[in-house]
Amino acid sequence: MDISKDKLLEMYRTMQKIRLFESKARDLAMAAEIPGFVHVSIGEEASATGVCAALRKTDRITSNHRGHGHLIAKGGRLDRMMAEIFGKRTGYCKGKGGSMHIVDYSLGILGANGIVGAGLPIATGSALGAVIAGKDDVTVAFFGDGASNEGTFHESLNLAAVWKLPVVFVCENNGFGEFTPMATVTSVKDIAVRAKAYDIPGHIVDGNDVLEVFRFTSEAVARARAGEGPTLLECKTYRWEGHVVGEQAFLGDGSYREKSEVEEWKRKCPLIRFEKWCAESGKISSAELKKIIADTEKELADAVEFARSSELPAPSEVTDDVYNNT
Amino acid sequence: MPQISFIQAINQAIAEEMERDPLTFLMGEDVVLGAFGATKGLIDKFGAKRVRNTPISEAGFVGAAVGAAMAGTRPICEVEFASFFYCAFDQICNQAAKLRYMSGGQATMPITFRAVFGAMGGAAAQHSETVYAQFLSVPGLKLVIPSGPSDMKGLLKSAIRDNNPVIVFEHGALGWSREDVPAGEHLVPLGKAAVKRPGDNVTVVAIGAMVPKAMSVAEKLEKEKISVEVIDPRTLIPLDEDAILASVEKTNRIVIADEGHLRGGAAADLAAIVADKGFDFLDAPVRRVTSLDVPIPFSPPLEKAAIADEARIEAAIRAVVGR
Ligand SMILES: Cc1ncc(C[n+]2csc(CCOP(=O)(O)OP(=O)(O)O)c2C)c(N)n1
Ligand SMILES: [Mg+2]
Repeated sequence: MDISKDKLLEMYRTMQKIRLFESKARDLAMAAEIPGFVHVSIGEEASATGVCAALRKTDRITSNHRGHGHLIAKGGRLDRMMAEIFGKRTGYCKGKGGSMHIVDYSLGILGANGIVGAGLPIATGSALGAVIAGKDDVTVAFFGDGASNEGTFHESLNLAAVWKLPVVFVCENNGFGEFTPMATVTSVKDIAVRAKAYDIPGHIVDGNDVLEVFRFTSEAVARARAGEGPTLLECKTYRWEGHVVGEQAFLGDGSYREKSEVEEWKRKCPLIRFEKWCAESGKISSAELKKIIADTEKELADAVEFARSSELPAPSEVTDDVYNNT
Repeated sequence: MPQISFIQAINQAIAEEMERDPLTFLMGEDVVLGAFGATKGLIDKFGAKRVRNTPISEAGFVGAAVGAAMAGTRPICEVEFASFFYCAFDQICNQAAKLRYMSGGQATMPITFRAVFGAMGGAAAQHSETVYAQFLSVPGLKLVIPSGPSDMKGLLKSAIRDNNPVIVFEHGALGWSREDVPAGEHLVPLGKAAVKRPGDNVTVVAIGAMVPKAMSVAEKLEKEKISVEVIDPRTLIPLDEDAILASVEKTNRIVIADEGHLRGGAAADLAAIVADKGFDFLDAPVRRVTSLDVPIPFSPPLEKAAIADEARIEAAIRAVVGR
């Protein structure tokens, strides 16, 4: 598959946006400038990026608690996302959601989610909605290896399979659910094999290779759009940071993984890998990449400034939006 | 008496009960590491057979606890945050709660479910909810809401020994609270309220994290010679109605403070009982102080606006005493 230069540049920009946004969010959470639980996906940028690069604007996604990357990749604005995790009125959810619950329906982002596994049935239903409305939009569900043990995973794959729904299930397998190693709670080594039980295609994908993720997703999306039903993709990846920002405070010296394992995965950084590929293939110059970094740093600085200078919601806004009164 | 935290109290209660009975065992997500402390170190004492990390599959492992109980063991089943109970509603409400009755008394369900609940600062709607009201109208369950370390330990031990499904709700904001807790055998019976502070002018029935809040309001109002009796029911099922009614008989006024919602909440239930059985004692309407009927919002000023607090308890007390 030939990937256009614009697409390549867009993918690199997205990965940089995720990396820089989440590094900043982590630092702000550590400094207690933002409240609540913040989960970052640093090290996993290629899967969100490669998947969403294969979608169009009217396609939809559901996300999970580790959702900043998915949202950014689907076009989420850094300023409104940052404002939301600051709890400001200018945030995507007017401060009612926070890091785990960012939503932008206009971009097809049906939402991050605090309940593990909750996004899969919603994505399945979104695909059903497209079929009923006679649209050829596709929905992607992002979820983790841990979520693949929830009943919702299994029920969704079965439902999507029997109704041949246009949905792509994207499992980001980072080897852990919180502090529990996947192997100790999961019956299979590869989540992708679970597709067999529902008689749908399942593929293992190198989740740190944005180009490979893009190719596999493009194929799955084309299948879905053509009415051929769902696909399960398993992106193998790793989170460099803790499960939740600040976990060192309560874990103390209790550790659940080897430092060497983290170091090993840092050497497989999806951004560096893409940069090397650009140099080797000669497709994109390092000057072009540097410009993207500089642009993104500026965009992020503006986003933080926007969030900081935005107003907090007024207490009276607490009762807004419980019901639709129209 | 040693001072310990709420979380240490949980840890001690589980350890002592597992020591006492080899068929008592622990299961739940990440209980082996016990990152927040409640189950830390239990793996070293009791081994992998009795301290089991579950997959993230609440319907499955909560149901497995039901089956294990039917097989004669005594599971302690942790569900991290209480909102995740929703993922396992059938197994708790249709199975654990009903199977004894529906089998004509054949089944015994000695299960303890544990979960953290309540607003703890920016955790947003899916991690901050007070969910015991949802279980109040499910006969067959017992509901325990400890308000401090000593009760936590004594109630949890009683819950584990109880031969019925008991849900112990642990308020997240109380985790690091500390107090003196009797060492060794310390049991608090289910169904016995605690008079946390005697008073004459008004009764405040406070639940969970509302107890320390009510206590601080009572202390403040003492200076104005408003004498507040604070009662902690400690368990909602079974409920110590006598303690509440006896207090209202003395003070003739009652405020019920709960972090749950107003409609269909625990406070509504208690208010109905007082109206029903204590009407003749009352000199003022029963007042409820609850959180607003909204999902708990993320942003701090909104969360503060949603959650029942000292100011609202104080205002309700002043309203019923007319001062
Ligand atoms: C229904 C439910 N159970 C448990 C949790 C607590 N929890 C939050 S994230 C998480 C781990 C999820 O693991 P995985 O799906 O692999 O995603 P990852 O965090 O690794 O990206 C758990 C157990 C939750 N939020 N919802
Ligand atoms: Mg994972």
